[in-house]
Amino acid sequence: MSTETIAVPAKPKEPKEALFSPKNKRLLYDPLNDNNPITVQVLGICSALAVTVKMKPSIVMAVAVIVVCAFSNVIISFIRNIIPTRIRIIVQLTVVAAMVILVDQFLKAFVFDVSKQLSVFVGLIITNCIIMGRLEAFAMANKPWPSFLDGIGNGFGYGLILVIVSMIRELFGSGELMGFRIIPESIYKLGYFNNSLVIMPPMALIIVGIIIWVQRSGNKKLIESK
Amino acid sequence: MDKDSNKATFLFSSGMVVVIAILLSVTAISLAPYQAKNSRIEKMKNILTSVSVNAETAETERFFNQYITNQIVLNNKGVEVTGKIAAFDIDLKKELDKIKTGKADEQLFPLFICNKDGNSFYIIPVRGKGLWGPIWGYISLEADMNTIYGASFGHKSETPGLGAEIETEKFQQQFIGKKIFDESGNFVSVTVIKGGASPNDMHGVDAVSGATITSKGVTEMFKRTLNNYIPYFKSRRP
Repeated sequence: MSTETIAVPAKPKEPKEALFSPKNKRLLYDPLNDNNPITVQVLGICSALAVTVKMKPSIVMAVAVIVVCAFSNVIISFIRNIIPTRIRIIVQLTVVAAMVILVDQFLKAFVFDVSKQLSVFVGLIITNCIIMGRLEAFAMANKPWPSFLDGIGNGFGYGLILVIVSMIRELFGSGELMGFRIIPESIYKLGYFNNSLVIMPPMALIIVGIIIWVQRSGNKKLIESK
Repeated sequence: MDKDSNKATFLFSSGMVVVIAILLSVTAISLAPYQAKNSRIEKMKNILTSVSVNAETAETERFFNQYITNQIVLNNKGVEVTGKIAAFDIDLKKELDKIKTGKADEQLFPLFICNKDGNSFYIIPVRGKGLWGPIWGYISLEADMNTIYGASFGHKSETPGLGAEIETEKFQQQFIGKKIFDESGNFVSVTVIKGGASPNDMHGVDAVSGATITSKGVTEMFKRTLNNYIPYFKSRRP
């Protein structure tokens, strides 16, 4: 688990900060690029490989992760001062697991169709290291509001990569986007084939690798000094 | 109190467990009726799909009552049983599991009889194993109890883009018109063939490429579950 963090040390006597102060805005935007949970912190890779075959489940997965990440960050941040240090990881895990079960139960009761599509993926959110990583690195040391923004930001950073990867995989693996045919039948008749390799998890890893490469070559902040 | 003392740790963890346990059980109990209703409607929807009736969620129950005219329960010898349990409430998983515990005599199988546009169809639930978890479905037979009129499949956790393709219309439509008996009346079931079935094969359909185990699971599911209904069909076939 990477320990890289943009934690702001808490200063209790500071005058009240605006809700969207520049510092708080950075919490939202940083995870999209400079501190992306997947491509920079290299967290949550396993689920990024598993759910990105099609765009639809990736998007719903991203939304579910944003919700769980934001709210468990807030809950942990509220109780951060009374959590005994020795059992803090177990406490974080319990909060995340409870959140995920709640989300799953609500989906099953009110949007059954969506929950059917997601099947195992909702449960997999528990194993997503981004959430545990943010709880440990950020929420344990910050107030609820910045923690909430951090959770939303990281959830979006994760979702962004998920959507990009799934777009590439669905387009070349099934010739569709969101279930609609993009590559016309006439091209298939000319001898074009869907690439089955793109559907397999190794290709997702290669695509994530390429995204990291492209991102690093464009973003000077991410280039390590030799 | 020092939050890292043993006492505080014990207090905190027991408090947390109690709070979360109450929260989760209250949610589960209060949402249970909604979830039960959803899965009943889902089951009706799947049964209707196998006879090509596509119902919106709100209309499913009405359509079900309109089209499904009779529901009967068979034992493992193909004899109709009455008065034990409603066909719709039979949990096929439990019934199939009875084989393992040596209670094959007690197995009960539901058969739904549908009347659509004046024709009778027989709808049979099937259940088997995919790669990652259970797969299931409904098959409807025409009045000759041989030709498949439609099929609908579902799965718990097959891989999207691979095994999960059994849920697509493209895969399911292949079953239409296939036959489960050969010309001399022996049960041969329908086989999912890797590499593609020949167009004249009355008992074969194309497998999903890259999903060998799920495809084998579909073949196995057909053979094993349909087998329980064969005595009934044989005694009634025209």
